[in-house]
Amino acid sequence: MSGLTDPSSLWPPIWLTLKLAACSTILLLLIGTPIAWWLARTRARWKEAIAAFVALPLVLPPTVLGFYLLIALGPAGPGGWLAGLAGARTLAFSFLGIVVGSVVYSLPFVVQPIRNSFESSGDRPLEVAATLGATPWDAFWSVAVPLARPGFITGAVLGFAHTVGEFGVVLMIGGNIPGETKVLSIAVYELVETLRWTEAHLLAGGMLAFSFAVILSMMVLQKRMGSGGS
Amino acid sequence: MSGSDSIEAAFRGQLGAFRLDVEFVAPLRGITALFGPSGCGKTTILRCLAGLRRMPGRLSVSGQTWQDDASGVFLHPHQRSVGYVFQEASLFPHLSVRDNLMYGWLRSSRAGSHPVLDFGEVVELMGLAALLGRSPSALSGGERQRVALARALLAQPRLLLMDEPLAGLDQIAKEEILPYIETLHEKLSVPVLYVSHDLREVARLADSMIVLSAGRKVCDGPVQEILERLDLDPGDGEFEAGVILEARVSGHDSEFRMTRLDHHGQRIVIPGIDLAVGEYVRLRIRARDVALAVAKPAAISVRNILAGTVLDRAQDPDTAFAEVLVDVGGGRLRARITRDALQDLGLVAGSPVYALIKSISFDRPVIGRVAHDS
Repeated sequence: MSGLTDPSSLWPPIWLTLKLAACSTILLLLIGTPIAWWLARTRARWKEAIAAFVALPLVLPPTVLGFYLLIALGPAGPGGWLAGLAGARTLAFSFLGIVVGSVVYSLPFVVQPIRNSFESSGDRPLEVAATLGATPWDAFWSVAVPLARPGFITGAVLGFAHTVGEFGVVLMIGGNIPGETKVLSIAVYELVETLRWTEAHLLAGGMLAFSFAVILSMMVLQKRMGSGGS
Repeated sequence: MSGSDSIEAAFRGQLGAFRLDVEFVAPLRGITALFGPSGCGKTTILRCLAGLRRMPGRLSVSGQTWQDDASGVFLHPHQRSVGYVFQEASLFPHLSVRDNLMYGWLRSSRAGSHPVLDFGEVVELMGLAALLGRSPSALSGGERQRVALARALLAQPRLLLMDEPLAGLDQIAKEEILPYIETLHEKLSVPVLYVSHDLREVARLADSMIVLSAGRKVCDGPVQEILERLDLDPGDGEFEAGVILEARVSGHDSEFRMTRLDHHGQRIVIPGIDLAVGEYVRLRIRARDVALAVAKPAAISVRNILAGTVLDRAQDPDTAFAEVLVDVGGGRLRARITRDALQDLGLVAGSPVYALIKSISFDRPVIGRVAHDS
């Protein structure tokens, strides 16, 4: 155990990762829901082009995505302009920066299941709600969202888990700043690079258990909702 | 009919290969059937009335404009006071039966339309008290449709639209719901537009009807009058042609399980039904179930022999058949016989005849209970 410097030094990356995933998931639901709704409801011809754009992070190498995000968040991009309002030079290499990166990167994992849920419940429940006197806004909250609950749960869990497991994008736009951008996956990478195997084992093993628990609980949850209740 | 108690509608437009071009005025009371074969535009019209589909045209209900393209008025479904019962019950699966019923009721109460219908009363009337706590998935098809009907009613609509609500149900479930629709008619005085392609349903339930074919109106008027017209193919194959007679229950024969009815002094016997003496029933009598005789036959198994006079006759020279309209002292019967028989009997307008109807031709779905104010 001589290699172990201080076990408490493992907590900041874990804490930071959970904070990042929580912030990203909330933002993903706020941004992803209207996109999913629009994609499910619109008859616009170019909707599949928008859908493909949202799905891009599925196939793009994280380094490519990270490269473009770095430019967008940097001093010359819109992110830099935003940062300028707050008196900073750039959004890159900051917590806010990796939140933006995570949201873009995980968007398809949230939009897709919610869109599928909206589409599978169809027009009929909304037509019923309308003839019962519900305004479109009212019908969205009282009918569309509850009926799409499985999609929201899947989307939220996937978005959260995907953000926790993210590496490439954060490395590109966040670097490795303790307490700011040094998340779990980066911490593991650094521990392995510096041959601190014990800590690497602790973190990697924890990730393994966490990921398994997430996937398992999601499957159980989906099965339960599919067979009973609704 | 003044604008204040009627629906005045006109829709004109193209839907792919289908062209809709209808204009009609329907009474805002009782049940009006939109009748026609599949694909004639019935459902499209109903959706236009609800505002679920927009077709060029205009629509006003009891003098209130719901759509008028000339002045750019189009009320969205939630702004119209309509109830809509779909072919599939379409209950909200995430809500209990009670919450499904409350959905429209709360919103209409909030909108300030003063509650004409009492929640408990509708639940009682539709026989739903025992189902309130259940989830829609735990209901039978007939129960679901009853909940859907009650849910639409509880939104306090000015007009109830029903799109073949019985089409997806088996005969047993249909028989279970029909009395509730009749109840609605008698007790709640909510005007109904009822889409159907089943003439038996129309004959049993509706007061007036609009006959549609290929996106156009063929004719409209009281159901009895329409069904008596010899020039109309009801669109359901000619064998389904028939009329409606109203008759009063005058007695029961418990030994032979028959019910005696009185129709303007003439006796009609049908297989026993469960209604009290004095109540009125509506009988649908198909033209092909009526035979004619010029002399009163004796010693015959046919139980119903009604004396009458020939009013009109129509022959189709391309077929073997003819139809004869007979006045039986109040109501009218259509008889479908061969042209050969028509000539043999020498029937012309004014000829006295006897109309013969086998009691067995009154099967259950053609007998409906009638609310009489008397």
